[in-house]
Amino acid sequence: MPPEENNRVALLVMGCPRVPVQTSLVLYLANRMKKAGIHTIIAGTPSARQLIRVADPDGHYIMEMKDLDATISSLAEGDLKVSESYVFVHNDAGVSYAATIQSLTGNQVTSLVFGEDANSVMAEITFPCRVIAEPVTHNPMPLKRKIDEVAPWDA
Amino acid sequence: MGCLESLPYEVILSKVSFKEARVFLSRYPEKYDVEPGYKIFEVRIIGVPPIRVAVDGNAVLFPFTKPCHGTFLLKVPDATDEIARLRERKR
Repeated sequence: MPPEENNRVALLVMGCPRVPVQTSLVLYLANRMKKAGIHTIIAGTPSARQLIRVADPDGHYIMEMKDLDATISSLAEGDLKVSESYVFVHNDAGVSYAATIQSLTGNQVTSLVFGEDANSVMAEITFPCRVIAEPVTHNPMPLKRKIDEVAPWDA
Repeated sequence: MGCLESLPYEVILSKVSFKEARVFLSRYPEKYDVEPGYKIFEVRIIGVPPIRVAVDGNAVLFPFTKPCHGTFLLKVPDATDEIARLRERKR
Protein backbone atom coordinates (compact mmCIF):
# COMPACT_ATOMS: atom_id res chain seq x y z
CA MET A 1 0.00 0.00 0.00
CA PRO A 2 1.52 3.37 -0.95
CA PRO A 3 1.96 6.17 1.58
CA GLU A 4 -1.13 8.32 1.96
CA GLU A 5 -1.29 12.09 2.25
CA ASN A 6 2.39 12.60 3.06
CA ASN A 7 5.53 10.72 2.18
CA ARG A 8 6.26 9.50 5.66
CA VAL A 9 6.61 5.76 6.16
CA ALA A 10 7.05 4.71 9.78
CA LEU A 11 8.42 1.34 10.79
CA LEU A 12 7.14 0.14 14.17
CA VAL A 13 9.32 -2.66 15.47
CA MET A 14 8.03 -4.92 18.20
CA GLY A 15 10.29 -6.84 20.54
CA CYS A 16 9.44 -9.98 22.46
CA PRO A 17 5.74 -9.64 23.39
CA ARG A 18 6.11 -10.88 26.94
CA VAL A 19 5.63 -7.42 28.48
CA PRO A 20 1.91 -6.54 28.26
CA VAL A 21 2.17 -2.81 27.49
CA GLN A 22 3.85 -3.36 24.14
CA THR A 23 0.83 -4.51 22.10
CA SER A 24 -1.48 -1.70 23.20
CA LEU A 25 1.18 0.96 22.68
CA VAL A 26 1.97 -0.33 19.19
CA LEU A 27 -1.72 -0.16 18.32
CA TYR A 28 -1.99 3.30 19.86
CA LEU A 29 1.02 4.66 17.96
CA ALA A 30 -0.11 3.02 14.71
CA ASN A 31 -3.54 4.58 15.06
CA ARG A 32 -2.22 8.08 15.75
CA MET A 33 0.09 7.83 12.77
CA LYS A 34 -2.59 6.45 10.49
CA LYS A 35 -4.82 9.38 11.40
CA ALA A 36 -1.95 11.75 10.60
CA GLY A 37 -1.60 10.27 7.11
CA ILE A 38 1.60 8.37 7.87
CA HIS A 39 1.93 4.91 6.37
CA THR A 40 2.87 2.43 9.09
CA ILE A 41 4.58 -0.93 8.83
CA ILE A 42 4.55 -3.07 11.96
CA ALA A 43 7.35 -5.63 12.16
CA GLY A 44 7.54 -8.36 14.75
CA THR A 45 7.89 -11.99 15.58
CA PRO A 46 4.98 -14.30 14.65
CA SER A 47 3.61 -14.19 18.22
CA ALA A 48 3.86 -10.41 18.46
CA ARG A 49 2.06 -10.04 15.13
CA GLN A 50 -0.68 -12.44 16.19
CA LEU A 51 -1.33 -10.35 19.30
CA ILE A 52 -1.81 -7.32 17.06
CA ARG A 53 -3.90 -9.20 14.51
CA VAL A 54 -6.27 -10.59 17.16
CA ALA A 55 -6.62 -7.18 18.82
CA ASP A 56 -7.39 -5.42 15.52
CA PRO A 57 -9.01 -8.07 13.29
CA ASP A 58 -10.59 -5.58 10.91
CA GLY A 59 -7.47 -3.46 10.53
CA HIS A 60 -8.88 -0.27 12.01
CA TYR A 61 -5.51 0.74 13.45
CA ILE A 62 -2.91 -1.24 11.55
CA MET A 63 -1.96 -0.84 7.90
CA GLU A 64 0.80 -3.28 7.03
CA MET A 65 2.61 -6.00 9.00
CA LYS A 66 5.84 -7.80 8.22
CA ASP A 67 8.00 -10.51 9.71
CA LEU A 68 10.83 -9.02 11.74
CA ASP A 69 13.66 -11.00 10.15
CA ALA A 70 12.32 -10.38 6.65
CA THR A 71 12.12 -6.67 7.44
CA ILE A 72 15.78 -6.59 8.49
CA SER A 73 16.74 -8.33 5.25
CA SER A 74 14.64 -5.93 3.17
CA LEU A 75 16.23 -2.92 4.85
CA ALA A 76 19.72 -4.35 4.39
CA GLU A 77 19.11 -5.07 0.71
CA GLY A 78 17.53 -1.67 0.09
CA ASP A 79 14.16 -3.13 -0.87
CA LEU A 80 12.37 -1.33 1.96
CA LYS A 81 12.67 2.40 2.56
CA VAL A 82 11.24 4.06 5.64
CA SER A 83 11.39 7.66 6.80
CA GLU A 84 11.48 6.89 10.52
CA SER A 85 11.49 3.93 12.90
CA TYR A 86 10.05 3.30 16.35
CA VAL A 87 11.55 0.34 18.16
CA PHE A 88 9.88 -1.10 21.26
CA VAL A 89 12.66 -2.10 23.61
CA HIS A 90 12.57 -3.89 26.95
CA ASN A 91 15.70 -6.04 26.87
CA ASP A 92 19.21 -6.30 25.48
CA ALA A 93 17.95 -7.81 22.23
CA GLY A 94 15.68 -4.81 21.71
CA VAL A 95 18.67 -2.49 21.98
CA SER A 96 20.47 -4.60 19.37
CA TYR A 97 17.52 -4.36 16.98
CA ALA A 98 17.27 -0.59 17.48
CA ALA A 99 20.99 -0.16 16.72
CA THR A 100 20.69 -2.37 13.65
CA ILE A 101 17.72 -0.46 12.28
CA GLN A 102 19.45 2.86 12.91
CA SER A 103 22.49 1.62 11.03
CA LEU A 104 20.50 0.17 8.12
CA THR A 105 18.11 3.08 7.59
CA GLY A 106 20.29 6.05 8.53
CA ASN A 107 17.05 7.81 9.48
CA GLN A 108 15.74 8.81 12.86
CA VAL A 109 15.11 5.94 15.25
CA THR A 110 13.06 6.34 18.39
CA SER A 111 13.50 3.71 21.08
CA LEU A 112 10.41 3.29 23.24
CA VAL A 113 11.87 1.69 26.34
CA PHE A 114 9.64 -0.03 28.88
CA GLY A 115 9.61 -2.95 31.30
CA GLU A 116 10.97 -3.26 34.80
CA ASP A 117 14.58 -2.98 33.57
CA ALA A 118 13.93 0.16 31.52
CA ASN A 119 16.59 2.25 33.25
CA SER A 120 19.41 -0.25 32.82
CA VAL A 121 18.30 -1.07 29.27
CA MET A 122 18.27 2.64 28.42
CA ALA A 123 21.89 2.91 29.57
CA GLU A 124 22.88 0.44 26.83
CA ILE A 125 21.68 2.79 24.08
CA THR A 126 24.94 4.34 22.95
CA PHE A 127 24.07 5.05 19.30
CA PRO A 128 22.22 8.03 17.79
CA CYS A 129 18.64 7.56 18.85
CA ARG A 130 15.73 9.40 20.44
CA VAL A 131 14.63 7.68 23.63
CA ILE A 132 11.20 7.72 25.25
CA ALA A 133 11.27 5.62 28.41
CA GLU A 134 9.18 4.59 31.40
CA PRO A 135 9.63 1.44 33.51
CA VAL A 136 6.06 0.23 32.93
CA THR A 137 4.93 -3.35 32.48
CA HIS A 138 1.12 -3.57 32.83
CA ASN A 139 -0.11 0.02 32.76
CA PRO A 140 0.69 1.74 29.47
CA MET A 141 -0.51 5.20 30.54
CA PRO A 142 2.80 6.67 31.82
CA LEU A 143 4.58 5.78 28.58
CA LYS A 144 1.57 6.81 26.49
CA ARG A 145 1.70 10.25 28.14
CA LYS A 146 5.37 10.59 27.24
CA ILE A 147 4.66 9.56 23.66
CA ASP A 148 1.88 12.17 23.54
CA GLU A 149 4.33 14.83 24.76
CA VAL A 150 6.70 14.01 21.92
CA ALA A 151 3.80 13.59 19.44
CA PRO A 152 5.93 12.01 16.70
CA TRP A 153 2.93 12.00 14.35
CA ASP A 154 3.14 15.81 14.29
CA ALA A 155 6.89 16.01 13.70
CA MET B 1 16.30 -14.43 7.49
CA GLY B 2 18.14 -17.51 6.39
CA CYS B 3 17.61 -20.82 8.07
CA LEU B 4 20.02 -21.28 10.90
CA GLU B 5 18.88 -24.86 11.42
CA SER B 6 20.56 -25.94 8.20
CA LEU B 7 23.97 -25.09 9.68
CA PRO B 8 26.05 -27.53 11.77
CA TYR B 9 26.47 -24.90 14.47
CA GLU B 10 27.67 -25.26 18.04
CA VAL B 11 26.33 -22.94 20.74
CA ILE B 12 29.30 -21.48 22.61
CA LEU B 13 27.32 -19.04 24.78
CA SER B 14 23.56 -18.84 25.18
CA LYS B 15 21.17 -16.12 26.33
CA VAL B 16 23.91 -13.59 26.99
CA SER B 17 23.94 -9.87 26.34
CA PHE B 18 25.31 -8.56 23.10
CA LYS B 19 28.17 -6.96 24.98
CA GLU B 20 29.10 -10.26 26.65
CA ALA B 21 29.34 -11.92 23.25
CA ARG B 22 31.57 -9.12 21.99
CA VAL B 23 33.88 -9.39 25.03
CA PHE B 24 34.10 -13.17 24.63
CA LEU B 25 35.09 -12.85 20.97
CA SER B 26 37.87 -10.41 21.84
CA ARG B 27 39.98 -13.32 23.09
CA TYR B 28 40.41 -14.67 19.56
CA PRO B 29 43.52 -13.43 17.71
CA GLU B 30 41.71 -13.29 14.36
CA LYS B 31 38.60 -11.18 14.64
CA TYR B 32 36.72 -8.71 12.47
CA ASP B 33 34.19 -5.96 13.05
CA VAL B 34 31.19 -5.98 10.75
CA GLU B 35 28.26 -3.63 10.37
CA PRO B 36 24.76 -4.41 11.69
CA GLY B 37 22.84 -6.45 9.15
CA TYR B 38 26.00 -8.15 7.84
CA LYS B 39 24.99 -11.37 6.14
CA ILE B 40 26.75 -14.55 7.16
CA PHE B 41 25.41 -17.97 6.09
CA GLU B 42 22.20 -16.23 4.95
CA VAL B 43 21.74 -14.91 8.50
CA ARG B 44 21.69 -11.17 9.20
CA ILE B 45 23.70 -10.23 12.28
CA ILE B 46 21.79 -8.00 14.70
CA GLY B 47 23.68 -5.87 17.16
CA VAL B 48 25.21 -2.68 18.46
CA PRO B 49 28.37 -1.63 16.60
CA PRO B 50 31.10 -2.69 16.69
CA ILE B 51 29.84 -6.19 15.96
CA ARG B 52 32.63 -8.67 16.34
CA VAL B 53 33.01 -12.01 14.59
CA ALA B 54 36.01 -14.29 15.05
CA VAL B 55 37.86 -17.01 13.20
CA ASP B 56 39.10 -20.11 14.98
CA GLY B 57 40.90 -22.45 12.59
CA ASN B 58 38.39 -23.19 9.85
CA ALA B 59 35.44 -22.21 12.03
CA VAL B 60 33.75 -18.84 12.32
CA LEU B 61 32.10 -17.51 15.49
CA PHE B 62 29.36 -14.88 15.41
CA PRO B 63 26.53 -13.53 17.58
CA PHE B 64 22.95 -14.47 16.78
CA THR B 65 20.22 -12.44 18.48
CA LYS B 66 16.59 -13.44 19.02
CA PRO B 67 14.03 -10.95 20.38
CA CYS B 68 12.87 -13.14 23.27
CA HIS B 69 16.03 -15.05 24.12
CA GLY B 70 18.88 -12.60 23.82
CA THR B 71 22.13 -13.32 22.09
CA PHE B 72 23.70 -16.69 21.32
CA LEU B 73 27.31 -17.06 20.30
CA LEU B 74 27.51 -19.64 17.54
CA LYS B 75 30.45 -21.52 16.06
CA VAL B 76 30.14 -22.97 12.57
CA PRO B 77 32.88 -25.32 11.30
CA ASP B 78 34.15 -25.58 7.72
CA ALA B 79 33.40 -21.94 7.09
CA THR B 80 36.14 -21.36 4.55
CA ASP B 81 34.00 -19.25 2.20
CA GLU B 82 32.76 -16.96 4.96
CA ILE B 83 36.27 -16.65 6.41
CA ALA B 84 37.64 -15.72 2.99
CA ARG B 85 34.93 -13.07 2.64
CA LEU B 86 35.82 -11.60 6.05
CA ARG B 87 39.52 -11.52 5.20
CA GLU B 88 38.76 -9.91 1.87
CA ARG B 89 36.91 -7.07 3.60
CA LYS B 90 39.99 -6.17 5.57
CA ARG B 91 42.14 -5.60 2.47
